[in-house]
Amino acid sequence: MIEQHIATYREEANELLTELETSLLELEETPEDSELIGRVFRAMHTIKGSGAMFGFDEIAGFTHEVETVFDLVRNGKMAVTKQLLNLTLRARDHIKSLLDASVSGDDIDRNEGNAIIAGLKQLVPGAEPVEIVRAAQESAPVSPAPEGDHKTWRIRFKPIPEIFMSGTNPLGLINELRDLGTCYVIAHTELIPTLSEITPEHCYIYWDIVLTTSRGMDAIKDVFIFCEDDCDLKIDLVDDGAGDSGQDYKKLGDILVERGDLSPAEMYKILDMQKRFGELAVSIGAVTTDKVQSALVEQQQVKAVRQERATQESATSIRVPAEKLDLLVNLVGELVTVQAHLSQTAAITGNGAFASIAEEVERLTNELRDTALNIRLLPIGSTFSKFKRLVRDLSQELGKEIEMETKGAETELDKTVIEKLNDPLVHLIRNSIDHGIEMPEIRRAAGKPAQGIVHLGAEHSGDSVLITIRDDGAGLDRDAIRAKAVERGLIAANAELPDREIYNMIFAPGFSTAVKVTSVSGRGVGMDVVKKGIQALRGSITIDSTRGQGSTITLKIPLTLAIIESLLVKIGNEHFVLPLAAVEECVELTSEDVAAAHGRNLAKVRGTLTPFISLREQFAISGDRPDIEQIVIASVHGTRIGFVVDCVVGEHQTVIKPLGRMYQDVKGISGATILGDGSVALILDPGVLLQSAELAESNKVK
Amino acid sequence: MPKLIMTADDSASVRQMVSFTLKQNGYDVVEAVDGKDALTKLGSQKVDMLITDLNMPNLDGLGLIRGVRAGSLNKFIPIIMLTTESQDSKKGEGKAAGATGWIVKPFKPEQLIAVIKKVLG
Repeated sequence: MIEQHIATYREEANELLTELETSLLELEETPEDSELIGRVFRAMHTIKGSGAMFGFDEIAGFTHEVETVFDLVRNGKMAVTKQLLNLTLRARDHIKSLLDASVSGDDIDRNEGNAIIAGLKQLVPGAEPVEIVRAAQESAPVSPAPEGDHKTWRIRFKPIPEIFMSGTNPLGLINELRDLGTCYVIAHTELIPTLSEITPEHCYIYWDIVLTTSRGMDAIKDVFIFCEDDCDLKIDLVDDGAGDSGQDYKKLGDILVERGDLSPAEMYKILDMQKRFGELAVSIGAVTTDKVQSALVEQQQVKAVRQERATQESATSIRVPAEKLDLLVNLVGELVTVQAHLSQTAAITGNGAFASIAEEVERLTNELRDTALNIRLLPIGSTFSKFKRLVRDLSQELGKEIEMETKGAETELDKTVIEKLNDPLVHLIRNSIDHGIEMPEIRRAAGKPAQGIVHLGAEHSGDSVLITIRDDGAGLDRDAIRAKAVERGLIAANAELPDREIYNMIFAPGFSTAVKVTSVSGRGVGMDVVKKGIQALRGSITIDSTRGQGSTITLKIPLTLAIIESLLVKIGNEHFVLPLAAVEECVELTSEDVAAAHGRNLAKVRGTLTPFISLREQFAISGDRPDIEQIVIASVHGTRIGFVVDCVVGEHQTVIKPLGRMYQDVKGISGATILGDGSVALILDPGVLLQSAELAESNKVK
Repeated sequence: MPKLIMTADDSASVRQMVSFTLKQNGYDVVEAVDGKDALTKLGSQKVDMLITDLNMPNLDGLGLIRGVRAGSLNKFIPIIMLTTESQDSKKGEGKAAGATGWIVKPFKPEQLIAVIKKVLG
């Protein structure tokens, strides 16, 4: 884009040079014409000003010298002479050759330039040496100051009443101060006249600002750079950030005296009266309430800053071995179980006093549980930074240009979960880099930037964390995956499946569409391992992909592994627990509905057919089905599936206990929990139950 | 709604560069080729801010600033003047005429945006 500006500049400069030439020639005829002199000056001024902006420093520097001389002519300090015009015309030609040389790259005779400048300088009356001013860069008004200690400043900003006539908005300046640090602003309104005397276009308010910032005095002064002359500005350092943290800040009276609002004599007079200083100072009319208020604010802010510093110095964090935390969480788990027992017993006995104690214990237990689980949470950012290195190394190995973006590094997850996420994430990111992002030349040909982007993000969503791995690469090849799936007998050749389900095929063991096995991936191990790893965390994976635009893989991971919110249900005399995160709704299933379905496990829920699994059949529980059963509808990887139970007991805090060695491979059960009455309830795994039901169904069809 | 900023400059390249920088940063731009053109346009169109060169034919920057401050529609808008390092005294004259601030040529696009953000608040 900048080339275009430069081209415009060249064009413009050529026009100006032509105009300069014409004006100079006309000036020869009428040397007194001030209008012409003005035109010559402006032409050179624009060549210089714009030249410096577009990097033509030599032109700018040279033109500046000529312009300086013509400034004297313009101000009547020098006459237009034949000699001056000759030199200026030569200067004009020199500028032209400089400009042409910038295109052609030819060498320029720099002696010519120096000779012209020397000649011009001799013409200047008194031949005062003209300083060669290079286009010096004035520092930007908002250049960042080096970070320093947090210092507290007192600023009194009193704009002149006519401040608005310069287009300055005092509030904008105050907001700019707020951006610098912690800021407390007090507006003084005592100068506002009565309505009849007010000029609505004037500013009668002035401000005291107490600012704690790590930026220095210069940063504060820069805020007021444009209105230094339009305001009374007093900036004082009141706390240098290093002072003794324990030390008390100044007394109110001292602050008012320092600010010049009160004379020392007045202060002592008030002190003699031995009452609260502020009230007294106001009551004798020495200062206004606003001013006392403002001084108090300063006192408080500095006190607060010092206090904070003192606490920071003492302790910000302590290191604890992870086992201790694990033990704590286990104990809290036990406590939750005992508390459930207590609440149940209290409810049965019906003793009011007992019930209220149980309630109190319940509240405390819940708080303790949340706190204990929170301690184990760590930001996921440390893992993210590891992946940056991975991306860098892999992309170099493969000769691709890839940038990694991360978002939500501060998202917190259970420590164990973060550790267990590492391997699945490595696999997914490798896949994105190897299969997703194309080689730079292919990307360019597809009209995409050569550099690909792998985006890794984390965010909270309810009691889960969503982790997304997104790339802007080629996307998944739906047809190739489908063909492979058919070839491997995973789906029927004529099966009509939604995209998501086809994409899910890549999680099948040994599945790979890669033609070539690279050192990075393509050997068909990986995605099934990823899926197992995520399921072990009770999480789920979804894939979205657009051909040519990239794919997004979303992992939904529960916040913690130890305790979950769940739904307690009952079948016969057995209790079961379903993770509440998966549950969408509960509806009734009457015996008529069952009869109407003609033996197929389908129920009509608000017009749509929803498949269900009868848990009574699944677990071969004896006893009769009640007339009205309940279907708990859960969402598993986007599929709605019902679980038929006898009745729904309600929400339950479930402390997950692993199953013993004998039972840990039982399909459909992910763990157990102890209920309030001491009995055991099994925790159901909706995902596995759905899979086994699908398998059973397809076997039936065969 | 994006803020509308007028750039008044007799140099097409500077105007183009300012205009391009502003548009890239989400501002709307109206251009004027000299002080007279600017003042005429400002008489009937409300803008949020004016960026003006000082040396312009027909009506120079100082005249333009005085004209705007004496008008009604855009009386209180922030005005930034573009000056060169040789014109230090001009800063004072500009301020006296009613300019809000200045930016010294040559400047980088980031500097221009920083100043605009500053005065637009």
